[in-house]
Amino acid sequence: MKLFAVLLLPLLGSLVPLFAARFNRTVCAWLTAIAPAIALGIVLSLSPQLLNGEVFAYAVDWVPAAGLELSVRLDGLAFLFLLLILGIGLLIILYARYYLSQKDSIGRFFAYLMLFMTAMVGIVASGNLLQMWFFWELTSISSFLLISFWSDRTEARKGARMALTVTGAGGLALLAGVILIGQVVGSYDLQKVLSSGDLIRESHQYPYILVLVLLGAFTKSAQFPFHFWLPNAMAAPTPVSAYLHSATMVKAGIFLMARFYPVLSGTDMWFMIVSITGLCTLLVGAYIALFKHDLKGLLAYSTISHLGLITLLLGMDTRMAAVAAIFHIINHATFKASLFMAAGIIDHESGSRDMRQLNGLWKYMPYTATLAIIAASSMAGVPLLNGFLSKEMFFTETLDQGTLGSLSWAIPVLATIGAAFSVAYSLRFMHDVFFNGEPVNLPKTPHEPPRYMKLPVEILVACCLAVGMLPGLVVLDLLNAASSATLQGNVPEYNLAIWHGFNIPLLMSALAMVGGLIIYYNRKKLFHFQGQFPEPDSKLVFEAWVQALVRAASAVHGWIENGSLQRYLAIFLLMTFAVSVVPLMQLQETAGLRSQLPLDYASGTAAVLLMLAAFATIIWHRQRLISLLMLSVVGLIVSVAFTRFSAPDLALTQLAVEVVTVILLMLALFFLPKRTPKESAPRRLVRDISISALVGGIVGTVNYALMTRPLESISDFFVANSKTGGGGTNVVNVILVDFRGFDTFGEITVLGIAALGIYKLIVRMRLYMPSGDEFGRHWSTDSHPMVLSTISQMLLPLALLVSVYIFLRGHNEPGGGFIAGLITAVAIIQQYIANGVEWMKERISLNYQALIGSGLLIAFVTGAGSFVFDRPFLTSWFDYFKWPWVGKFELASAMMFDLGVYLTVVGATMMILANLGKLTTSERVDTRELENL
Amino acid sequence: MELIYALCVGVLTTCGIFLTLRGRTFPVVMGLTMLSYAVNLFLFSSGRLVVNGAAILGTTEQYADPLPQALVLTAIVIGFAMTAYAVILAMRARADLGNDHVDGSEKALDMQMKEKLK
Repeated sequence: MKLFAVLLLPLLGSLVPLFAARFNRTVCAWLTAIAPAIALGIVLSLSPQLLNGEVFAYAVDWVPAAGLELSVRLDGLAFLFLLLILGIGLLIILYARYYLSQKDSIGRFFAYLMLFMTAMVGIVASGNLLQMWFFWELTSISSFLLISFWSDRTEARKGARMALTVTGAGGLALLAGVILIGQVVGSYDLQKVLSSGDLIRESHQYPYILVLVLLGAFTKSAQFPFHFWLPNAMAAPTPVSAYLHSATMVKAGIFLMARFYPVLSGTDMWFMIVSITGLCTLLVGAYIALFKHDLKGLLAYSTISHLGLITLLLGMDTRMAAVAAIFHIINHATFKASLFMAAGIIDHESGSRDMRQLNGLWKYMPYTATLAIIAASSMAGVPLLNGFLSKEMFFTETLDQGTLGSLSWAIPVLATIGAAFSVAYSLRFMHDVFFNGEPVNLPKTPHEPPRYMKLPVEILVACCLAVGMLPGLVVLDLLNAASSATLQGNVPEYNLAIWHGFNIPLLMSALAMVGGLIIYYNRKKLFHFQGQFPEPDSKLVFEAWVQALVRAASAVHGWIENGSLQRYLAIFLLMTFAVSVVPLMQLQETAGLRSQLPLDYASGTAAVLLMLAAFATIIWHRQRLISLLMLSVVGLIVSVAFTRFSAPDLALTQLAVEVVTVILLMLALFFLPKRTPKESAPRRLVRDISISALVGGIVGTVNYALMTRPLESISDFFVANSKTGGGGTNVVNVILVDFRGFDTFGEITVLGIAALGIYKLIVRMRLYMPSGDEFGRHWSTDSHPMVLSTISQMLLPLALLVSVYIFLRGHNEPGGGFIAGLITAVAIIQQYIANGVEWMKERISLNYQALIGSGLLIAFVTGAGSFVFDRPFLTSWFDYFKWPWVGKFELASAMMFDLGVYLTVVGATMMILANLGKLTTSERVDTRELENL
Repeated sequence: MELIYALCVGVLTTCGIFLTLRGRTFPVVMGLTMLSYAVNLFLFSSGRLVVNGAAILGTTEQYADPLPQALVLTAIVIGFAMTAYAVILAMRARADLGNDHVDGSEKALDMQMKEKLK
């Protein structure tokens, strides 16, 4: 529980500032700081065990089948990062309270900041890879919100978008890598994955895993060539830069590499990719940093360079190099965070970040200057400061490796050159800003910042000094714990001393110092040289790429989504064909072993008729009425087929539906054109015939193959239990109202919804009423034929009686709610046809909406009734009763359910047809009246 | 028998698809209706073809599979609702847009009409 609190507290903390924003900024900052402070306290209380190398893990299952769980896992490496995240986070909260101005919404800022902190804590403390990935993406999103905090500035928006795109895309690559790892290991549990290093390295998917995971890490940690987003993210408020771009966000990629170090490292591929990327990043970052006139730009490129250094160390693949990498993570976080804060103070108190304007600030802010100079010296690697120690370790390791063969000398040489540039830009930060003449055109007169704005810088600089002078006392245990967690094994012997005697690394340091001094002294010439190169704006380049991508995507999209149903269908059908053709070709025999029925003359004739009618439908499809008549022939034969093949319920339903469908389509034809114009080009016809024949052939083949194979069905259960369990002998009906009653309930609901939707469509329809047919002949004005209306009126009670009979017997004989409902609807529509809408209006006033509603309600109440008897939804009940004259008969709750079905079907069918029919008469709802309402 | 049944299903599918690929609403609705016949017959036949075996207990020795029948029964009714919805949508589209195209050419037609009016 304590472990979960570490994860949950920052999350809760992200809500606090939203409420606390109503108070003044100091109170808001204090309240915000409570949650992370408690979390830090919990982590510190676990420190004795964690420093001893113990691992805390706790997990709650969520979806075990998908490998999803809620899990927290703390070890030495996570401990180190938690200290950085929570500790520096608290300092940032204090700093931001003074940095942000009155007009900035401090509540929103702190909420974003805490959300980001949650995400970072989640990454380092997750015991499950998928959960870690989730938090990984959350850092991308929350950093987007933080970078674009000043959303009225265009560079803030662009920078945020770029950061989100690059790190988000890397996150997707990471997800793919994580899933591959999960497949190889068989688990997403971090502990299991960490102990399966050999399994993963020997898997043939190792190259993919490595590249995908490294893509995630490199984009997040701004490694070359993905480094370009980091300088553009400097549009963020400085507390954000100090937090995200020194200690946390960009370190997430480093953390990832350290976390997977025992799993992925140890191969040539790892060495080549990671170390060479690191080396390039180190050099490119250090070189460009020197030429940035913007204070934060210099720090951004210096960050890139130092991240490259850590990556290079991790790539060198010796155990000692990994220790050095961890050590430099600590040191870089402390000196870079303090430098960013110092840069923010300078910006805040002087109004500019341009080093061509900022000169001689020592006179105005000596205290801040001292702090900044100490931190910058640490960045340069001056002895007695922490940066010196890890840099010496770095030099030692560059000398110890030999993976490049006879070219191995290049790495220490290039490392020294990188270090010389690092000294040069550190010097520029110190000399150019605090000395070097007088300020030029500053908007404000610089002065010292408020007391507490300096406090975070002081604390961090004190850390730099303490680690630099007393490393064994201050940092040794932490470094050992984190390193052994990274290596998943023993830490090699080493000595964290300031003085190692005169040796080559010391010589390299000295060379770098001298080289840096020389470079800085000749900076004017270098600036001039560099000025000859065009400096591409990475924002513009990036936007151009994005736009090209969007254009390509919309071209593809425009081709598919061109507004033509024909195109969608053709693509969809061809895809269906492509998917199904391969398995069908693998099927050796089309016909199965099941014995087939003999063909009789009647069936054969019906089949030929059916096919002829189907062909006639499409041959005359442009003469719509004839085509519709042919279609109804098809429907009739289908219902005959159902009768033939032992499905009387289906035959009855099909027959009734056939009637209402044809009436419906004829009504529609009243308003739609009577003919389809000839407009398909011959090529289009050939294409359409080919597609339909291909798919039709596939469907027919599949159907044949299916029917001729033996059947194993679950229906035996229904047949066996229909009478004893459901109380009916018509198994089909018992399935509908009892065994699968819940399905039926869903289906009648859909039916009701469709009817209501149709009603809404009809009510507001503005269709002009054609006054005659396609040849210009006016509609007949004769009254309704006497014979038809008389017979229909006589037939109505009879038809209703039949539907009641069909309904009642449904449980045991063919029939039931669906069929009875359709018959009732047909009987009523018959009256409409024979007597007209006006006549019916006087005699029958059914509210079809109420009918649908009550039908659904009855079905639901019947189903819910079983709750009263402590049974699950739709449990049925039945018993037999004796009634005088009638005899023994059955009552079943399923019949009530069937009544609901009946009412819904009647209501829905009538609602569709009666409302559509009204449109053809003067009884139609006048749309003008509707608008006046 | 099975062969000719499958042939019928194949022909119905072919004709149905051909109609749905037309460029006007009414043939598309007809095609959908025809396709739903084919689909219903297909699903029904997954219980295999049985003659004289209606699933009414006590009437016969060998029962036809009642489960596909129950599924197809509701499918017929829902299919009617779907056809109705599609055809009313087609009418509404004609009322609101003034044409019954589904081939994406209404924009081009509108332009032509406007030019003619000029």
